[in-house]
Amino acid sequence: MMNKQEAIFKYLVRLGDCALIHGHRLSEWCSRGPILEEDLALTNMALDNIGRAQAFLKYAAEVQGNGLSEDDLAYKRDERAFYNNLLTELPIGDFAFTIAKQLLLSVFENIQMQALCKSADATIAGIAAKSHKEVRYHLTHARDWTMRLGKGTLESNTRLQQAFNQLWMYTGELFEMYEEDAILNKQGIAIDLNELKTPYYNTITSILNDSNIKMPVADYMQTGSRKGIHTEYLGHILSEMQYLQRAYPDAKW
Amino acid sequence: MESVIVSSDFQSKIDQDANIEPKDSMPDAYREHLIRQISQHAHSEVIGMQPEGNWITRAPSLRAKQILLAKIQDEGGHGLYLYSAAETLGISRDEMIRQLHSGKAKYSNIFNYPALTWADIGAIGWLVDGAAIVNQVSLQRTSYGPYARAMVRICKEESFHQRQGYEIMTKMMNGTEAQKQMAQDAMNRWWWPSLMMFGPHDSDSPHSGNAFTWKIKRKSNDELRQKFIDKTVQQAEVIGLTIPDPELRWNETKQMYDHGEINWEEFKRVINGNGPCNRQRMEHHMHVHAEGAWVREAAEAYAKQQH
Amino acid sequence: MDTQLDLWEVFIQGKSGGNYTHAGSVHAADSNMALQNARDIYTRRNEGSSIWVIPSKYVVASNPEDADMLFDPANEKIYRHPTFYVMPEGAKQI
Repeated sequence: MMNKQEAIFKYLVRLGDCALIHGHRLSEWCSRGPILEEDLALTNMALDNIGRAQAFLKYAAEVQGNGLSEDDLAYKRDERAFYNNLLTELPIGDFAFTIAKQLLLSVFENIQMQALCKSADATIAGIAAKSHKEVRYHLTHARDWTMRLGKGTLESNTRLQQAFNQLWMYTGELFEMYEEDAILNKQGIAIDLNELKTPYYNTITSILNDSNIKMPVADYMQTGSRKGIHTEYLGHILSEMQYLQRAYPDAKW
Repeated sequence: MESVIVSSDFQSKIDQDANIEPKDSMPDAYREHLIRQISQHAHSEVIGMQPEGNWITRAPSLRAKQILLAKIQDEGGHGLYLYSAAETLGISRDEMIRQLHSGKAKYSNIFNYPALTWADIGAIGWLVDGAAIVNQVSLQRTSYGPYARAMVRICKEESFHQRQGYEIMTKMMNGTEAQKQMAQDAMNRWWWPSLMMFGPHDSDSPHSGNAFTWKIKRKSNDELRQKFIDKTVQQAEVIGLTIPDPELRWNETKQMYDHGEINWEEFKRVINGNGPCNRQRMEHHMHVHAEGAWVREAAEAYAKQQH
Repeated sequence: MDTQLDLWEVFIQGKSGGNYTHAGSVHAADSNMALQNARDIYTRRNEGSSIWVIPSKYVVASNPEDADMLFDPANEKIYRHPTFYVMPEGAKQI
C-alpha cells in the first residue's frame, strides 16, 4: 500500500512525464512545419510542455527528498518507471495526426488544469494555473486547425479522419484512476477524473461535428501507463533523450 | 535618360546616408543585389535550423533543451523577418523557395557541415553565431530600410545565442576529460569553416564594388573576419581551448592577430555542392516543403469557404 | 495551387494604452491564423499586450515623390507648437 508521500510523487511524475514526452514529440517538428510560421507555433508549444515538465518533476524530486533533481528524474529513470499517457508518446505522424493528437490532449488538459487550480496542494495549484493559460492557447490552435483540415480539402479531411480513428483508443486512459488517485482525491489534492469525462467527450463531439469529422467508434480502449506499461515507442524516445546522461554519468552539462 | 535621373537621385540619397524604402525608385541592379543577399541570408537562417535541430531530442538537460529550442525558434523567426524584408522588393516567398530548390539561391556554407556531438551545439552558438553577429551588427546600418530594420530586431534577439554557445563550451571545459576532448574536437572542426563564413578575401570578392557604393555593405569581408578573430581568441584562451591554427599570433604593431591562410579549395568545393551535408540539407528542405503542400492547400480552401 | 499563403502586416501594442506599432509581417490563410502566427513570432519576449493584423494588400502607402507636397507645408506652421507662444513673466504653466 502506497503512503501519501509516494502517492504525491507518483501523481507529480505522471503530470511531469505527460508534459515531457508530449513536449519531446512536439519538438520533433522543428524545421519540419508545413510553413515556417507553423514551425514556430509547434516549437512554442513544445517549450510550454518542457517548462511544465520541469516544474512538476522538480516538485516531484522535492517530495521524494533524496537529493535528486528534475533532470535526474527525466534522464535517469527507466522506461517502466515512466507514467505518461500513451497518447503523448505516439509518433508525430503527418500534420493531421499531430493536430488530432493536440486536440485530444489539449481538450483534456484544459479541463484537467482548470480543475487542478483548486488542488489543496498550493504548488500543484500554482503550476496548474500557469499551465492552464498555456493549454487554452494550445486548444485554440488545435481547434482552428481541426476545422481547417476537416473542412479544407478531401485529402485533408481524409487524413484527419484517419488520425482521429487511430488515436481514439488512447483517449480512455486519460480518465483512468489508480491507487494514487484514490489516496489523493480524499485530501482534495488530486481530481476526480470521472467528472471530466462528460465535458471532455461533449467538447470533442462538438468540435468534430463542426469540422465534418465523424465521431470515431471505440471497440476497445488501450491503457497501461499507470502501471508503467507503454507502447514500444517510449523506449526509443528515452534512449535518444537520455543518451548523453547515460553515456557520461559523471559529466555535468 | 529616365534611368540616369533615377540613379543620380538614388545615389545622392545613399551618399547622404538616407534609407531607401520599398516605394523609392532604385536601380534594378540594386534591387537584384538586395534580393540575392537578403534571400540568401533568410535561407541560411532556415537551413541553419537543421544542424542544431539534430540535437534537440538529445539535449542533456531540461534547461539545455529549452534554451536550444528557443534559439532554433529564433533562427526560424529571423528567417521570417528576412523573407518579409525581401518580399518588399517584389519577390514572393514562394519564388524564393523555388530559387533555393533550383540552386539559384544559396545559403551559408557553414550549414553544410555536420553537428556531430553536443559540443558542436556549443561551437555553433559560440563561433557560428558569433561570426554571424559581427556581420549582422554592421548590417544594421545597411541602406535598404526594411533590411536594416530586420537586422536591428535580429541583433537584439541574437545577443543570447553566442552566450549560450560559449556557456556550453565553458561547462564542458570545466568538466570531465571526455567533455574537454569533445569541446576541443568541435573547436577544431568549426574554427576554419567559421572564418570562411565572411567570404573570400576582399581582393577576390566578386560583388563588393557596388555593395559598397550603395552602402548595402558597410565593412569588408577581411575587416569583419579580423574583428571576429580578435574577439574570439581571447574567449578561447579564457576557457582553455586551443585555436587550431599554428600560425596564429598577436601582432603588436598592427594590434591584431595574424592568422594562417584559409583553405579556399575546401571553401569552393563546399559552395559548389560537395560538402558533407549539402545534399542532406536540401533534401530535408524539399521534402518538408512538399509534405506541407496539402496542409497549405487545405488552409487556403478553408479560408475561401469563409467568405 | 500551392502557395505560401497570404501576407499580413502585424501591429503590436507593447503596453495597454500605448500605440500600436508595426512589428513586421506573417503569412497566414485566415485571420485567426494570422493572429496566432503574429503572437508566436512577434511576442516571444513579452513584447505585446495586444495585436492587430491586417492583410498587406489593404495597406496603402504614400508615394515617395509626393513627400515634399505632403509633408513640407507643415514645416511653416510653427503656430501649432506651444513654443511659438510667449508667456508673460511670472505666469505659471498649466
